[in-house]
Amino acid sequence: MTATQPTTGPGTETADQAAVAAAPSGARAGGDLRETLYFALRNPKVLVGGVVVLGFLVLGLVGPSFLRYAPMDYAGPPMAPPSADFPLGTTTFGQDVFAQFVAGLRSTFLVGVLGGAVAAVIGMTIGFVAGYRGGLIDELLNMLTNVVLVIPGFVVLVILNAYLGVRSVPMQALYIGVFSWPWVARAVRSQTLSLRSRDFIDLARLSGVGVGTILRREVAPNMYSYLFMTFVLLFGGSILTAASLDFIGLGPTNAMSLGLMMNQAVQWSALHLGLWWWFVPPGLGITLIVGSLYIMNVGLDEVFNPKLRET
Amino acid sequence: MRGYLARKTLVYGLTFVVAVTLNWLIPRLMPGDPVQRMVARAAVQHPETIASMAAYYERTFGLDLPIWQQYLNYWAALFRGDLGTSVWLFPTPVSQVVLEAVPYTLGIMIPAIVLSFVVGNTVGAMAARSRWLDNVALPVGYLVTAMPYMWLAILLAWGLGVALGWFPVAGGYDFGLVPQWSWTFVADLLHHWVLPFLSLFLVSLGGWAIGMRNLIIYELESDYSNYLSALGAPRRLVRRYAFRNAMLPQITGLALQLGTVLGGALVTEIVFGYPGLGKLVLSAIQNQDFFLLQGTLLFVVIGVLVANFVIDIVYVLVDPRTRTGLTGATA
Repeated sequence: MTATQPTTGPGTETADQAAVAAAPSGARAGGDLRETLYFALRNPKVLVGGVVVLGFLVLGLVGPSFLRYAPMDYAGPPMAPPSADFPLGTTTFGQDVFAQFVAGLRSTFLVGVLGGAVAAVIGMTIGFVAGYRGGLIDELLNMLTNVVLVIPGFVVLVILNAYLGVRSVPMQALYIGVFSWPWVARAVRSQTLSLRSRDFIDLARLSGVGVGTILRREVAPNMYSYLFMTFVLLFGGSILTAASLDFIGLGPTNAMSLGLMMNQAVQWSALHLGLWWWFVPPGLGITLIVGSLYIMNVGLDEVFNPKLRET
Repeated sequence: MRGYLARKTLVYGLTFVVAVTLNWLIPRLMPGDPVQRMVARAAVQHPETIASMAAYYERTFGLDLPIWQQYLNYWAALFRGDLGTSVWLFPTPVSQVVLEAVPYTLGIMIPAIVLSFVVGNTVGAMAARSRWLDNVALPVGYLVTAMPYMWLAILLAWGLGVALGWFPVAGGYDFGLVPQWSWTFVADLLHHWVLPFLSLFLVSLGGWAIGMRNLIIYELESDYSNYLSALGAPRRLVRRYAFRNAMLPQITGLALQLGTVLGGALVTEIVFGYPGLGKLVLSAIQNQDFFLLQGTLLFVVIGVLVANFVIDIVYVLVDPRTRTGLTGATA
């Protein structure tokens, strides 16, 4: 039941309580990899979600090398419906929609992984430090978290992209990551707070190791499962944000993306011409990828937290 | 309670300063020069004319002053309600352009947010611990939440608009009508309003339902629920208590969700060519009208802050712990 409304993370509050409540029972939840895998592979939600996401990933990775046309090539007759030659038809300019879709998948996964990773690293660092150190540092970091939390990130992204001209997928992912970490920081902070006063942390401190080591070796392993699920949510959130930006026309100019496909479809009035094969696949792809991620996360929750498993 | 509100006000004040500073700073990091661009648009060849035009624009936009003075002037202008002049619709002031668009955006956003919150929470509360509803509502909820806002908007526009022809798919009202308070116009306005509202409402719905379902399950496992059941309290009473407790995180979630819904409203408007802030953002980007873009987005930031503050006050009303100074909500 951890953080279920991930695009913004309003589940934060819940997540805090739930994960903290779950922490004692699953103290070594992420530790035993074999046990985790055993339950993960027997959980239908994890299996179905994982297969869908992996399927799209493989399609995006190996697909382009099997295609005859590049995404922007004028490959065939304009406005052709799906056929054997063009599995998803062609655009008003005769571009192969399937080639665009496959290329778009690559950007989608790239933006998800990079954006998610940037947000996860920032959020976890701030959360760990604020929760463990406490005091003035905590106050300051907490203030920073709250300020970034309230600023509508999408709006700042629009300004940033419009002015600074974000023209590559990694740059876009970086900007998205920089504005989507606050709820992670909050959740991680509150969990760190609850772990800080445990005996084993005191022991580690007595043995004289540094703060970084304690956080890395003692605090973080106790929430590996939670951190992993957080990353999955950030992954999905980045994909959705990037799609919106691309759709407004603020996406990368040197790559194809699923949001950009929808932008072009609307711009060249595919709706009025009834070219459904142009605008349905990109949105469906995003929905299936992100939806599978969410469902996978529910399953992972059951894997990591034995209390939630159906008997 | 005073401490709680004071803390919140401090955060919002700080956020406002940061947002305004970012808004002021980012354009100045931009490669290229808006003045040059505007002069180039006039397409004059005479060098003296170009020089005097550039000087005029620099003075108009205050770009010839030292940087700290520009910053202070920006604040001063802001408090006078002066957001600059639109380049695209020169010489209309940005604030006037924005104010004309705001009612349309609020018109789809407020009903969509409120209704999706109410309906979503109700459905979620019903779905919790009901196997049949849970099995249907949960997967559907996750898929709906995973939909990009504009995709659902595109699907609705195509299905209900173009294919079935039930609703118009472009504009805020019929282009043949003049805005006025007549029945024909208001009916037409509502007719154009349905699809943008519906798509925003549907995408927001799933998240609330799922969140509420999970919260109710969590609350039903808590000590007070077990205690009540042990005393023999009827199931409905226990669930009612669980619901009231589950509402608190959902209200906090509402505040956090605002920014996302707003982004959703912007792209939804773009799909439907709805004359709100989203279309303004798009026109501003396409016409490189940075003053308009900044003004619009600053307005949005202020709106989000005000809405957050309103939600906080609601929170004080519904959560007694904030009133007695206990730690109810984290600041």
